[in-house]
Amino acid sequence: MNFDSDLQQLVFGRLTLEAIPLHEPIIIWTFAAVAVLGGAVLAAITRYRLWGYLWNEWFTSVDHKKIGIMYIILALVMFLRGLADAIMLRLHQAMASGGGEGYLNAHHYDQIFTAHGVIMIFFVAMPLVTGLMNYVMPLQIGARDVAFPFLNNFSFWMTTSGAVLVMASLFVGEFAQTGWLAYPPLSGIEASPWVGVDYYLWSLQIAGVGTTLSGINLIVTIVKMRCPGMKYMRMPVFTWTTLCTNILIVATFPILTAVLALLTLDRYVGTHFFTNDMGGSPMMYVNLIWIWGHPEVYILVLPAFGVYSEVVATYCGKRLFGYTSMVYATAAIMILSYLVWLHHFFTMGSGASVNTFFGITTMIISIPTGAKIFNWLFTMYKGRIRFEVPMMWTVGFMLTFVVGGMTGVLLAVPPADFVLHNSLFLVAHFHNTIIGGVVFGMFAGIVYWFPKAFGFRADPFWGKVSFWCWLVGFWVAFMPVYILGLMGVTRRISQFEDTSLHILFVAAAVGVSLIFIGTLAFVAQFAVGFLRRKAYADTTGDPWNGRTLEWAVSSPPPAYNFAFTLVVHGIDAWWDMKSRGYTRPLAGFRPVHMPKNTGMGVVLAGLSLVLGFALIWHIWWLAAVSLATLIAAAIAHTFNYSRDYYIPASEVAATEETRTRLLAGKVAS
Amino acid sequence: MAANPHDAGTVHAGNHRHDSGEAHGTVNGYVTGFVLSAILTVIPFWLVINGTLGSPALTAIAVMALGVAQIVVQMVYFLHMNARSEGGWTLMAFVFTIIIIVIAIAGSMWVMHHLNTHMMPMTPEQAQSLP
Repeated sequence: MNFDSDLQQLVFGRLTLEAIPLHEPIIIWTFAAVAVLGGAVLAAITRYRLWGYLWNEWFTSVDHKKIGIMYIILALVMFLRGLADAIMLRLHQAMASGGGEGYLNAHHYDQIFTAHGVIMIFFVAMPLVTGLMNYVMPLQIGARDVAFPFLNNFSFWMTTSGAVLVMASLFVGEFAQTGWLAYPPLSGIEASPWVGVDYYLWSLQIAGVGTTLSGINLIVTIVKMRCPGMKYMRMPVFTWTTLCTNILIVATFPILTAVLALLTLDRYVGTHFFTNDMGGSPMMYVNLIWIWGHPEVYILVLPAFGVYSEVVATYCGKRLFGYTSMVYATAAIMILSYLVWLHHFFTMGSGASVNTFFGITTMIISIPTGAKIFNWLFTMYKGRIRFEVPMMWTVGFMLTFVVGGMTGVLLAVPPADFVLHNSLFLVAHFHNTIIGGVVFGMFAGIVYWFPKAFGFRADPFWGKVSFWCWLVGFWVAFMPVYILGLMGVTRRISQFEDTSLHILFVAAAVGVSLIFIGTLAFVAQFAVGFLRRKAYADTTGDPWNGRTLEWAVSSPPPAYNFAFTLVVHGIDAWWDMKSRGYTRPLAGFRPVHMPKNTGMGVVLAGLSLVLGFALIWHIWWLAAVSLATLIAAAIAHTFNYSRDYYIPASEVAATEETRTRLLAGKVAS
Repeated sequence: MAANPHDAGTVHAGNHRHDSGEAHGTVNGYVTGFVLSAILTVIPFWLVINGTLGSPALTAIAVMALGVAQIVVQMVYFLHMNARSEGGWTLMAFVFTIIIIVIAIAGSMWVMHHLNTHMMPMTPEQAQSLP
């Protein structure tokens, strides 16, 4: 008997059948639904023989455009999970504040709010941002791909492996019950002895590798691969924000990696970095993780600001007002975002001088952000505004985000923060900035560049339904939360004494259901667009009368992006080319040197996933085997010299000829 | 980088490709860097094992100073950093990195020092005997 249990522990670590949460009916039903739906999808892929297509054309692709699309699909899938968590929380609070107990036990409830935060930041917002940057930026600078195409594929699959690990925690074991930043001592081994925090640590570490590498990749692309004539001060603003965001990623993600590694050591080998004993300090964890955490906020929002800049200039038919000030504001935010981190823990006990310093820097950072708002408004002033769906998201952002910004400045006042710290007011504030800023921006960007990626526009009716449901849903969901926060309700609470709060929680739940409808409509606009793709076809490559180089190529762009290297003479390069009567060259094509697809990204990321799972469950032999295989595979890949090929000139000529005929058809009709 | 479709300006020449010298290492440079790094690693070990300097505080300062010296050696000989390479980009990136590191370390020390002075004065023994 004893021998058996020893053997079992050797083979399976602490993974036993009891790890599957059979006692939670909600999880069992979720699992059943996932199994049925997932089985149906897999069966359909097999039935229509799509595995080869998916593997050859997508999974192994090193094309920045396809990787960008896969990032966004990953983000939208994870968004549905994160939104489901949000709906469960809102429903539970609406029930529990009315005198009942709600339907979630505390253990489950704590996992849900942790998973909601982790998923929404790391596996929704980050892939959305990285995906858009990946797709758009190389096109905007006239490049044929990113600097390191294989690394790009590998980064994507590492992010996906992290996401898979988080999803696995739903059905095997548990997720962290610590909140999305896993402060010790709660996340330490004494307070969280089981696998929840380990799932958190390893999924973030694996995804973090992908994020950091893709940050390096995109910086090098911008620095080294701009087409001739595209000086820094001629780059589109979205490319500028991409540059600043990736500099932030490269500078801060190592801090997150290091902090999580120290916490991992505390949990796995008994060190005392963040314990109360032996000279450790949990406060140091809070300090370090926010040195990463605050720049992270700007990592998310800067690309959204870039999207708004492109959208406003395009739909107002004007050059962006104050291009130079926009660039300097972005760079200023990049530096200032390192000087404000303490405002996340004013209440931890620093003195007046420290709190004052960080309070003032926080107020200062709102100045460049405010300057941007005025730039967008002045771009609209006397413009011929077309209220297409991306423009609606942008105006919705300006109205919503300003409120979030103002409550942020309010929270930057340390005495006010002492009252509002950890309250629902704070929760409403950061949802106000992240939904109103990042989500609206990413949705605007997706709809704006959708015709570029797929060759037909999304359906504007469902786009507008989505926008209005989200906008109204956001205000209905979060204004009550602001009020609850002012009344003193703290965050992450699952049980309530005071039933007078009930009505506000019900209002918030109504708001989140509007957001849910908006999300369905968001997906519907692409489905309806697909059904009517003949009517919505974009034959010109420039459906919005755009200003930047991505609109100079066909929709969708050919694998090589640009048949010839473009030469740029000013900002808004494509607008400039159009106004000078640019004609496409129709002959003289040359072979294009391209990187070859490789499955190594999937293999390496898959091995990392196995390694993470083994480490979480203390299956040491599996961890050793997968780590050794991982290193061996990475070294073996360096001996693969067959990495490139040429698209022959005849094929380039044929692709360009198709585009010529499409353009001519447009003229004829 | 064979996977890079834009190699050596044949297909696609960015304007920063030709006007900036890319630094390349030489065998001599790498050997010099390696020997210097090895020496700068051996000295701290020797200081700690022998206790030559006497006071632990002095030893700690010496070890940190030698560590910083080794960082500089590695940057010069392994990362080929100078004011000219990549049109000044490596220098700019280096200055940015230094700013960020100084902000993070100095800021953390300031914050943690404040937190420490606001704690109740207590010896470790007192802390352990708390109810």
